Amino acid sequence: MTDLLEPRAMGRDLVRRDGVQKVRGTATYAYETPVESPAFCHPVQATVARGRITGIDTEAAEALDGVLAVLTSENAERLASTDDAELAVLQSPDVAFRGQVVGVVVAETSELARQGADLVVVTYAEQEHDSALTVDHPGLYAPEKVNPSYDTDVVQGDVDAELAASAVVVSHTYATAMVHNNPLEPHASTALWDGSSLTLWDSTQGVHPDRKAVCTVFGLEEEQVRVVCPYVGGGFGSKGTPHANVVLVTMAARALPGRPVKLALTRQQMFSLAGYRTPTIQRMQLGADRDGRIRALTLDVVEQTSRIKEFAEQTGVPARMMYTANARRTTHRLAALDVPVPSWFRAPGECPGMFGPEVAMDELAHELGIDPIELRVRNDPERDPETGQPWSSRHLVECLREGAERFGWAGRDPRPGVRREGRWLVGTGVASSVYPTMRQAQSTADVRFEDGRYVVEIGAADLGTGAWTVLPQIAADALGVDVDDVEVRIGDTRYPIASVAGGSSGTNTWGSAIAVAAREFRGKFGTDPRDGDEASGQVDQADTDDEHATYAFGAQFVEARVDVDTGEVRVPRLLGVFACGRILNPRTARSQFIGGMTMGLSMALHENSVWDPRIGQVANHDLAEYHVTVNADVGDVQAHWLDEEDPYVNVMGAKGIGEIGIVGTAAAVSNAVWHATGVRVRELPVTLDRLLTALP
Amino acid sequence: MKPFAFARPGSVAEAVREVSAEPNAVFLGGGTNLVDHLKLGVARPDLVVDVRTLTSRETTDTADGGLLVGAAVSNSELAADRRVREHYPVLAQALLAGANGQLRNLATVGGNPLQRTRCVYFQDVTTACNKREPGSGCAAVGGYTRYHAVLGVPAALPDATAADTCIATHPSDMAVALAALDAVVHVLGPQGARTLPFRELHRLPGDDPSRDTVLGHGDLVTAIELPPLPMAARSTYRKVRDRASYAFALVSVAAALDVDGDTVRDVRLALGGVAHVPWRATRAEEVLRGGPATEHAFRAAAEAELAAAQPQPGVDGGNGFKIPLLTRTITATLRDLTEGATS
Amino acid sequence: MDADIRLTVDGELHELTVDTRTTLLDLLRERLGNTSPKKGCDHGQCGACTVILDGERALLCLALAVAHDGAEITTANGLAPEGELHPVQQAFLDHDAFQCGYCTPGQVCSAVGLLSEVDRGWPSHATADLTSDPELSDAEVSERMSGNLCRCAAYATITPAVQQAGGAR
Ligand SMILES: Cc1cc2nc3c(=O)[nH]c(=O)nc-3n(C[C@H](O)[C@H](O)[C@H](O)COP(=O)(O)OP(=O)(O)OC[C@H]3O[C@@H](n4cnc5c(N)ncnc54)[C@H](O)[C@@H]3O)c2cc1C
Ligand code: SF4
Ligand code: FES
Ligand code: FES
Repeated sequence: MTDLLEPRAMGRDLVRRDGVQKVRGTATYAYETPVESPAFCHPVQATVARGRITGIDTEAAEALDGVLAVLTSENAERLASTDDAELAVLQSPDVAFRGQVVGVVVAETSELARQGADLVVVTYAEQEHDSALTVDHPGLYAPEKVNPSYDTDVVQGDVDAELAASAVVVSHTYATAMVHNNPLEPHASTALWDGSSLTLWDSTQGVHPDRKAVCTVFGLEEEQVRVVCPYVGGGFGSKGTPHANVVLVTMAARALPGRPVKLALTRQQMFSLAGYRTPTIQRMQLGADRDGRIRALTLDVVEQTSRIKEFAEQTGVPARMMYTANARRTTHRLAALDVPVPSWFRAPGECPGMFGPEVAMDELAHELGIDPIELRVRNDPERDPETGQPWSSRHLVECLREGAERFGWAGRDPRPGVRREGRWLVGTGVASSVYPTMRQAQSTADVRFEDGRYVVEIGAADLGTGAWTVLPQIAADALGVDVDDVEVRIGDTRYPIASVAGGSSGTNTWGSAIAVAAREFRGKFGTDPRDGDEASGQVDQADTDDEHATYAFGAQFVEARVDVDTGEVRVPRLLGVFACGRILNPRTARSQFIGGMTMGLSMALHENSVWDPRIGQVANHDLAEYHVTVNADVGDVQAHWLDEEDPYVNVMGAKGIGEIGIVGTAAAVSNAVWHATGVRVRELPVTLDRLLTALP
Repeated sequence: MKPFAFARPGSVAEAVREVSAEPNAVFLGGGTNLVDHLKLGVARPDLVVDVRTLTSRETTDTADGGLLVGAAVSNSELAADRRVREHYPVLAQALLAGANGQLRNLATVGGNPLQRTRCVYFQDVTTACNKREPGSGCAAVGGYTRYHAVLGVPAALPDATAADTCIATHPSDMAVALAALDAVVHVLGPQGARTLPFRELHRLPGDDPSRDTVLGHGDLVTAIELPPLPMAARSTYRKVRDRASYAFALVSVAAALDVDGDTVRDVRLALGGVAHVPWRATRAEEVLRGGPATEHAFRAAAEAELAAAQPQPGVDGGNGFKIPLLTRTITATLRDLTEGATS
Repeated sequence: MDADIRLTVDGELHELTVDTRTTLLDLLRERLGNTSPKKGCDHGQCGACTVILDGERALLCLALAVAHDGAEITTANGLAPEGELHPVQQAFLDHDAFQCGYCTPGQVCSAVGLLSEVDRGWPSHATADLTSDPELSDAEVSERMSGNLCRCAAYATITPAVQQAGGAR
């Protein structure tokens, strides 16, 4: 338990500090960094899914007037570390997936770089590739751990006996699609190597982790590398770890000392080089008594990783703690395929892992004739079923109840496919959401008194999450001053080390460090500091609590309408109620919640990276064919939250809010579509062809 | 992108001469399709001749009561034209269902029907495609076929390696409406000016999938003529897509209906997203004309039109769903038009 | 191959020699240092590069600079003098109609363009009766803003922001 800060600035509806720059377009993103006469890069990509390069002809590209360098595995510098195979760029002639980087052309203009890249001729000895995920892939294996360090399999109790004793068993296979983060700002950088040190303006979710990776790969000291990133045009996980483009731009800069170079992946390239969420296959069983008490829950997950680097999405993890069950089994099996490297995508684990189970809960409710909300209430565990720990706070039931009230759930006719308004079949659905409250181990903040104001420095990142605005609110309350008297500087490795903006842990981690720094500052200098007084605080000096299970909870409600003629789905209403501890800024928090929920809607209805296993690539690799939700798909989206302050998580009483909105939404959509049509769509996305044959 | 020369001649005649003289020259309209293809390496011209400021940007009344639309009129301007909105709503709706506002402001009436297929393999120069690289084969067969054809294609699984295989669809919405309206294309070619029925502009792949239309090298579209068609005042465009806006059609239906009591006096029906051409549904029209204006009859007509449809299997479940989808969409569109007629 | 063009960007006239391949987007971003229009896809698929081009909202990524000799461009940064905001920009700020901000200049320009289109009676896919002038309903705004993807998915705040600016005009 910690002493909560008194909220004065925290909780206020303050306008974004970077808002004016963003609405004018003057906020500078990585590629846009003004530098003297930059050179431009364009990557060359492999056109086979597996094989070995037998020849690279760069002559025509090099002969092109204006081309400054052509780097390939034949002439690129040898990296200090190739431990991370994704970052071992241009180190060998082996091709591990189609679209892998096999070269880069650096030229005076972007047009010339692109032309040069077209002129590079690469020949391959192609090998047979294996890139199709199937539920019974012969190569399935159990990874040692799942992301980041959860147990691969957890078994509690006697599953078979409990299933046998169940009055009702729901047993189905669910699937989520391969999806790509697709932040609107592509993965991009500007880099300058002056012969001994590197400045990297990179679009990243963490300047320090980014620097660390670059230092490892290139064998540089941290003092030699500065990473700068004041603004990020979205990341959703894909900019949480550096990808090949970061190595490539650094190599290009080092090949041209003194010359700044720029590299932005094209949208098409992002489909093979910037991470993605694995498709998941979820075999699920729920066994329950007549009164709805769950006796057995099993979730066996099959998903993919790349042959060269493992990423094991922790899809089965949320089912370990969400509901009560007498016995439970959750497992993960992976197929290592000749595919691009999967990685983090908003709420890895929870997002896909709350699809199958939350649809299964709906199916179970229907089987039992129990209201889906009531079923969840009956299985709300008093303690964390996995660890036995008490919850720091768990208000899922309250979220469900308040959501039901606001949404108008009462009196809902549970029968599917019976409501019609004009050409629309109408239905409603609900699902729960959850996200762990995490704090990273490392982050430091400095507080300095400067010209009558308090300057806080920390290498944090604002991906649109509001850190520029919210961190000053925390600092103000930690220092006990007016928020206008606080300036926070982030996004630069010149500031003290900060953890990655990921796992909804940023505010928790950085805010805790800031609070420690403020405490130290006041301890040293009192309330009447002198110019230049400075103190520093580290997150590991903040109070921690190991006794409680810390999670944020929520409930999503959806109204779906299905065109009775064509099966087109519309979602006029999306409503979420969340219990995420103290909300530090309702304005930016609301944007986070509705953004997450709307992205969940996008996942439910649209997003699908269609894998073509014959050639080993995403067939629809651009934003015209890979659909994300547009404005017209979105109706009334509401986010509400409970007044919750959690004294166990941190001095702000705040849990993370960045990911929970996406969790559960797709299940709620699928459940609402079933209620509208009677068609149970267990495989995402819910497209019209999956509904058509069952329409009247 | 390979380098190219750029020219903006003084007149359309000169533009035609310049393109005719250079085998690897192309016209540029709004550029929203051509520039896309330049970047992808799908189009690799040596000379780009800008005609956007040369062809007419006017829409004028014709003597017989129709409209003559200059090739440089933007898609937005045409959709906003009061005469089009009143007399040819199917066309205004088709235009407004296409792309987005920013693209429609750039896209021209000349360029829109000549935009090329959105087949993902056509757009990816690392894959086989007979349309882009004649003789290389067709990667779409058995691939991602959700947006591919079911009409005018040879068999359920065509030969992917044959040089004449192409199962692509024409992506334009406007073109579907123009096909229904019996529009006329005004062309200025190396041999002079001529007109041709819009329905004859696009061609099936035949033995040369690289050619989308019957236009020859140097043929410039100068205008599109809409003949008078009083029944088009009751017409509509229904586009079914994977998201609510800013997406190409899975299928679309352009329809004009003239009902006399319970009988179909006349009908125009064209389909989009289903064939290499905007598909005029003549078979269905025949079945409908003079018959009852009932949902049952509409469905029967749709089924007649689709009797020869060939579902294409594919990696994402194929596109067989388009056949029931079309049947239902045609039926619903005609039903809605009839309901409009009685209300 | 090069060509000479003149271009007015945010009120400033530029006389330039450009590669015929250069798009207006790359010209602004990579040569003129005007990075208000963003590149999200480079293929007309996201709307991030939307500006006002010769009076209408348009994308810059598919516009060859040579083909727009003499054009006048207003980017989001040119909509209002330094220190001030255009009513659409103020509305976006008021409604927190963005997060990362990368789509935002394009959204803002698109909104400015659509309000002018509605003023001139231009219909949209959401206009039920094509023969009458459209009203600025939420459905109209959503449809007309659909050419601007927002991956942060601020749509539910963008629509009311545009409504606010529309109401104020
Ligand atoms: C993301 C995106 C989404 C889209 N969605 C849709 C949609 O939903 N529905 C739809 O219908 N369209 C859609 N489009 C396509 C758009 O409508 C076309 O790109 C546009 O209409 C083409 O017109 P343009 O003037 O820009 O043609 P250009 O790109 O200039 O030219 C297209 C072709 O026509 C030739 N050409 C141009 N003018 C003439 C002429 N006068 N005579 C002879 N040849 C000529 C060119 O050489 C070129 O081959 C979309 C485009 C994009 C980028
Ligand atoms: S369908 Fe046609 S356009 Fe597509 S790959 Fe085959 S030949 Fe090319
Ligand atoms: S960058 Fe122009 S539309 Fe995406
Ligand atoms: S605010 Fe991030 S993409 Fe719109």
